[in-house]
Amino acid sequence: MKAFKTHKGIVAPLDLANVDTDMIIPKQFLKAINRTGFGPYLFDEMRYEDEGWYGKDCSKRPLKKDFPLNQPRYQGTSILLARENFGCGSSREHAPWALDDYGIRVIIAPSYADIFYNNCFKNGMLPIILDKELVSGLFAEVAAQEGYELDVDLENQAITTPSGRVIPFELDSFRKHCLLEGLDEIGLTLQSVDKIRAFEVGHRQRQPWMFDAVR
Amino acid sequence: MAGKTLYDKLWDAHLVETREDGTSLIYIDRHIIHEVTSPQAFDGLRMAGRKPWRTDANVATPDHNVPTDHEERKGGIATIVDEVSRIQVKTLDDNCDEFGIKEFKINDHGQGIVHVMGPEQGFTLPGATVVCGDSHTATHGALGCLAHGIGTSEVEHVLATQCLVASKMKNMLVKVDGEMGPGVTAKDIILAIIGKIGTAGGTGYAIEFGGSTLRNLSVEGRMTICNMAIEAGARVGLVGVDEKTIAYIKGRPFAPTGETWDKAVAYWQTLHSDADAHFDAVIEMNAAEIEPYVSWGTSPEMVVPVSGHVPRPEEQADDTRRKGYQRALEYMGLEGGMPVTGIKIDKVFIGSCTNSRIEDLRAAAEVAKGRKKADSIEKVYVVPGSHLVKEQAEAEGLDQIFIEAGMDWREPGCSMCLAMNSDVLGRGEHCASTSNRNFEGRQGAGGRTHLVSPAMAVAAAVTGYITDVRALPPV
Repeated sequence: MKAFKTHKGIVAPLDLANVDTDMIIPKQFLKAINRTGFGPYLFDEMRYEDEGWYGKDCSKRPLKKDFPLNQPRYQGTSILLARENFGCGSSREHAPWALDDYGIRVIIAPSYADIFYNNCFKNGMLPIILDKELVSGLFAEVAAQEGYELDVDLENQAITTPSGRVIPFELDSFRKHCLLEGLDEIGLTLQSVDKIRAFEVGHRQRQPWMFDAVR
Repeated sequence: MAGKTLYDKLWDAHLVETREDGTSLIYIDRHIIHEVTSPQAFDGLRMAGRKPWRTDANVATPDHNVPTDHEERKGGIATIVDEVSRIQVKTLDDNCDEFGIKEFKINDHGQGIVHVMGPEQGFTLPGATVVCGDSHTATHGALGCLAHGIGTSEVEHVLATQCLVASKMKNMLVKVDGEMGPGVTAKDIILAIIGKIGTAGGTGYAIEFGGSTLRNLSVEGRMTICNMAIEAGARVGLVGVDEKTIAYIKGRPFAPTGETWDKAVAYWQTLHSDADAHFDAVIEMNAAEIEPYVSWGTSPEMVVPVSGHVPRPEEQADDTRRKGYQRALEYMGLEGGMPVTGIKIDKVFIGSCTNSRIEDLRAAAEVAKGRKKADSIEKVYVVPGSHLVKEQAEAEGLDQIFIEAGMDWREPGCSMCLAMNSDVLGRGEHCASTSNRNFEGRQGAGGRTHLVSPAMAVAAAVTGYITDVRALPPV
């Protein structure tokens, strides 16, 4: 996994609560068997006038002009500002894959759905939780200033606004460590191989019916 | 010291280690694999030169993409029209063959929607940890196990290590007491719960469903309720083990037998929350006050009783909520203040991991019997959850009831719940659907979903409008 240390980028606002993973990447794109190439289809139904499908050339598709990612001022965005319960719905990791492939590195919202939140960290992406009022304030600042950028520092858990204001954020230390180091979580778990084996021996004695039933 | 909740007990029984940073390694007993969220995980294993830790902890089946049309299904993978879908289903076969994983292939007897197949095969057992790359894995918690959805990176992690890195969730009890009225089902109860606590109300929690109403529900009804825990934001839904749970498991293909069965039952009987267990949140509901429910908007919390009205955005005090309501009404083509029974329906879908089990089909058939779908209804898809459900329904003659009512009896799969196959809503079409999500575009770009129970879906099919099933004139 790629590491995340600091990131500075243009912020795009998505002023909508309960943005679900069906919005982030509609189901027809889930048929693909690879992890990459979903960026052009990110928010497909909200972003384009016509219907998309996997493999469709998006360069000439008619755009929905009002959608933030289509507006000239937000081109090159890498930080998405969103509302409550972002990423609710299905467990599809295609949602963070699509955001990542589009170039989004940081999401800022008051809350996230659990599975989506977890999936972001597996892909070197940082979902930041900020107080609802702080998020509303950022929406106002983004609207007021074209080219609004934020500077995110994971090590120090701090966001710096263009005016130099520093906003701290919380996150659990394991996820922070994995992101900073770009760690392969499977490799990390396999360092505990002896403990897993030992647990398994006891578990088999306690619940033998959980083993060898499927052949 | 307070007693333990069921979730606490299941967590403790699978805890491999707790690390210094507070995260834990949890041992996984059961992993269910389908074609959509697994190809990238198998690729990851191959790239790292890893093998599955235990093959006997995995079962796979294709469900999301499979055609439900008899002709398209007849030839198995070869007759899937959409090439991208065909490749995905074929990739699952290839991966399972390569890694030695048991798979019920597209037209095998055991194939079905992952969350129907697991319990019916006895692969899902009380006391197990069950995961699958699908958020509706919460369904399995109805059998007293710890079950939740995972992303593809975690699918790979479970395959490689038999464990997940997890943080313990908080405990919530949703206690439903009282007698359910006629025409009210498990689906209506869970829609009422989501309407009450909202789609983020359960975020961070494992929700245990309890109370006399839950005890009186069948195991299949409990599955319908746990299935939609994720629609209330909770990854995990649970119901304590009782005699119904044990009777449900007995005799299923992967269930234990003989002495092992007796030993298992003795353990399973301990799988309920202690009387003095502490819950971080408790929600109480009275089943007698719950009517058949209908969703009007584009989030599962946007629901009202069938006697209710579509809400007016201007009456919402919260700014974000008002905007959400406005957007939803615009998308749904509805006016605030109209009665929900004024909503005209174009298509009906009976199926999905929420409502495609035999009891769901029986409930639908009971309403369909002797009635006909309205001429204005373009199509009624009746999609059994598995081949076994389909066979059982046909043995009971339910298929004939649906066919005589002018409905389409189809092959098992996820179908129009998420429309990855060719069962799709057209732009602007309204669908009375027994599935679990009414998100924008969920059942087809521009499609408009109304979540209802199987009985309510048939009532809509018969009249052409959202209709109170209790008010249908007798046959």
